[in-house]
Amino acid sequence: MSEALIEGRTGKWEMVLGLEVHAQIVSKAKLFSGAATDFGAEPNTQVSFVDAAFPGMLPVINRYCVEQAVKTGLGLMAAINLRSVFDRKNYFYADLPAGYQISQYTRPIVGKGTIQLDLPGGETRSVGITRLHMEQDAGKSLHDQSPNETYVDLNRAGVALMEIVSEPDMRSAEEAAAYLRKLRSILRYLGTCDGNMEEGSMRCDVNVSVRKPGAPLGTRCEIKNVNSVRFVMQAIEYEARRQIEILEDGGKIDQETRLFDNAKGETRSMRSKEHAHDYRYFPDPDLLPLELDPAMVEKIKASLPELPDEKKARFIKDYGLNAYDAGVLVGEQASANFYESVAKGRDAKIASNWVTGDYFGYLNKSGLDIATAPVDAAKLGGLIDLIADGTLSGRLAKEVFEHMWASGKPAAAIVEEKGLKQVTDTGAIEQAIDAVMKEQADKVAEYRSGKDKLFGYFVGQVMKRTQGKANPAALNELLKKKLAG
Amino acid sequence: MTSPMASRLTDLTIAEARDGLRKKSFSATEIAKAHVQAVEKARGLNAFITETPERALADAKASDQRIARGEGGPLEGVPLAIKDLFCTKGVLTTAGSHILDGFKPPYESTVTANLWRDGAAMLGKVNMDEFAMGSSNKTSYYGPVTNPWSRRGDNRKLVPGGSSGGSAASVAARIALGATGTDTGGSIRQPAAFTGIVGIKPTYGRCSRWGIVAFASSLDQAGPMTRTVRDSAIMLRSMAGHDPKDSTSVDLPVPDYEAALTGRIKGLRVGIPKEYRVDGMAGEIDKLWQQGVAWLKQEGAEPVEISLPHTKYALPAYYIIAPAEASSNLARYDGARFGLRVPGDSLIDMYENTRAAGFGKEVRRRVMIGTYVLSAGYYDAYYLRAQRVRALILRDFTQAFEKVDVILTPTAPSAAFGIDEKSDDPIAMYLNDVFTVTVNLAGLPGISVPAGLSADGLPLGLQLIGKAFDEETLFRAAQAIEQAAAFKARPAMVG
Repeated sequence: MSEALIEGRTGKWEMVLGLEVHAQIVSKAKLFSGAATDFGAEPNTQVSFVDAAFPGMLPVINRYCVEQAVKTGLGLMAAINLRSVFDRKNYFYADLPAGYQISQYTRPIVGKGTIQLDLPGGETRSVGITRLHMEQDAGKSLHDQSPNETYVDLNRAGVALMEIVSEPDMRSAEEAAAYLRKLRSILRYLGTCDGNMEEGSMRCDVNVSVRKPGAPLGTRCEIKNVNSVRFVMQAIEYEARRQIEILEDGGKIDQETRLFDNAKGETRSMRSKEHAHDYRYFPDPDLLPLELDPAMVEKIKASLPELPDEKKARFIKDYGLNAYDAGVLVGEQASANFYESVAKGRDAKIASNWVTGDYFGYLNKSGLDIATAPVDAAKLGGLIDLIADGTLSGRLAKEVFEHMWASGKPAAAIVEEKGLKQVTDTGAIEQAIDAVMKEQADKVAEYRSGKDKLFGYFVGQVMKRTQGKANPAALNELLKKKLAG
Repeated sequence: MTSPMASRLTDLTIAEARDGLRKKSFSATEIAKAHVQAVEKARGLNAFITETPERALADAKASDQRIARGEGGPLEGVPLAIKDLFCTKGVLTTAGSHILDGFKPPYESTVTANLWRDGAAMLGKVNMDEFAMGSSNKTSYYGPVTNPWSRRGDNRKLVPGGSSGGSAASVAARIALGATGTDTGGSIRQPAAFTGIVGIKPTYGRCSRWGIVAFASSLDQAGPMTRTVRDSAIMLRSMAGHDPKDSTSVDLPVPDYEAALTGRIKGLRVGIPKEYRVDGMAGEIDKLWQQGVAWLKQEGAEPVEISLPHTKYALPAYYIIAPAEASSNLARYDGARFGLRVPGDSLIDMYENTRAAGFGKEVRRRVMIGTYVLSAGYYDAYYLRAQRVRALILRDFTQAFEKVDVILTPTAPSAAFGIDEKSDDPIAMYLNDVFTVTVNLAGLPGISVPAGLSADGLPLGLQLIGKAFDEETLFRAAQAIEQAAAFKARPAMVG
């Protein structure tokens, strides 16, 4: 990991990173009330009296959310605690109606686990999960509705979150990004969180410290609520540099909570350790300890889908893909499924090249996803079939694909329509070669006197004459023969 | 002037009212009218925060129609007073606090909904110590309640006890056939003892807490306050039951408590805990306790000397755990969504202004204590240690109940005191709970039964403590005391 070290005035520094991710649990109802959880609803339309903390209201645990948390724990290869406890985290704020957040403090539902990071070059690295606990989200304070009043929207208040805490195992912004991407991928496979950082259903706090390699851990700062992978990387780079500068100037790091300013790309102090809240945690007397039936945990375990790591291993083994391509394909369940449909009964490597290459490229450019793209797996498969049977050259296939994307028509129809069928008729190719050699007699002479590099030039000329339809293999063979005289 | 008919109706027990309604000796409307008048007449007691006479009469009319059709629930036509801690839909609910000004809940508590389901009528919402914090009903924002009893030859006003002081005074003064109370450290049993009525705190989890303004969630429990043991048995059966909306409510069938009143207690083992003989307890209280033992023995019960060694730590543990939970439970009264709001220049200002104006002195004291004992650095020394004491107290009881079926103790260390007494010393006030808090800490059922009069003519109560969810045995033993004591005294004002 030496390449991750940062060069300072006094030598190399290593960053130590740990992430706390708040992932909104996919569930129709909130963690302790029956209110709905739809994103983007009119303010205060998804609020029960429990969420608004009216007098005498009591929380009742949503069993489905518990199952989702267990499922996530299993997906993170983590220990499931059959007995966990909900605590109250007490603080006053306008968007926290009860004056406390129900969370899990000393006895979380999920204990230690691990995540495998997929790094560039197909390398992997494992990062420890410290714990996962369930808690309620707060509401939202709207400060921009009135010059002197704050409005509060409680739609989000009480929505179920999982806080997933990593060990301080990451050493670069890239690793932190890989961690977030992998965690997001696992959560989406499990269907326990949609991983949407823009809508806030996945939010990230980053703990950053720096040290000289081999030295004990430095003092950390926590950067709160960073809401995209890119910002997480920026925040880490900025914060590590800031800390190194302070330390190299002989200063010391204050343990504090900091905020990332997206616009300025810098972190700012939010509150220092001395001003840290005293949350006065204590077990919530309205809720009994959460006891899980081992049979329920087993049932969930048996129902787990094939997860990214297993899928990746299978793709490498069964399809002969390299680790990098396999990693890219399994990132999303939809793309893995898409690839498998395309590859079925076809050359797995060619399928992989098309899916990760042109297909993903067009998806990105168009902003579409697999479900809405004009070319589905069957159509892409049809195109690959036409390459395999010699109807299309690679070059022609790219052209056909472009038409397919624009029109949504199958490859065969486009080939028919546009007459893009590759010419394998040796007579026609020979004719074209003869014509080129006649026109370019001087170049032929040069070639024959040893200028081998001209071969490509001739290929191009012949292709041009056949409007690109010549079968490249046949062309090569015939051209070589004729040039040799 | 109250007609003889009306006073006969307000003097009924719930069981008599039920039987008379069934036999059509009188109508629910007649009972309701008599009580509405009695409530008006007794306004001097300050027992009610909100009277709901129209509601009482409408409820009664509906009851009469059901009775005419041959229908009707177990509490059909019975007018009740509801402690103002129970949320009642569309009816002002204050918890005795200024901070809930104007709060009309858009929902009905499970316990009161159960009572209405069974045919009861609502006379109104009765006064109480603010947020149920107190043993005198003097901490209410709506002023103290006067005990209908007074000392012989002394007309100074006495407290009805607390926190369910309005409930106790209403039942004792014959202005309600029964009342709901809540008990966190003795708030049903102590006022029942001070006013010569019966009050039971059921096992924790027996009655739903949903819709009851929370004081200390792990200790709060609703219960009935009535003039006879039988009436409490009838009323509790309606109030109790599993509620999926309260995770701490227990999914057990509710027995027919009235059917348990067989009068037979032969062979019942009655524990007498030596640790309940506390310093400074009035001699007459100790004497009454001995009398209670003798009565039960007479009926064939077997007294057993027992030890509950951790009793002396109960009061301090209680006054850590209850304020700790309260400090958190009361955080929601911030002026943002309901009740009182005193504006300020910032959010923090609004919180401070609202809470300073909205909470009385005792509530503020307990919020401060609770915040302190939960603070970082103090949590282990106070809250955690108190929880350990709580576990030891439960263990004391569990071990005792291997040898006995019920435990007999006095309910309170004294009779009702004057409204002007014990004002400045919170510790003296807290000592009222010395015999009752252990029961809440252990989650057990406890009942107070009027058993005699003090030398100056004030009612005194005896407490029976039962095994968890064994209210049946408790009622049976309580009725034995009730019958032996034949407590017939009435407050002078009732005549």
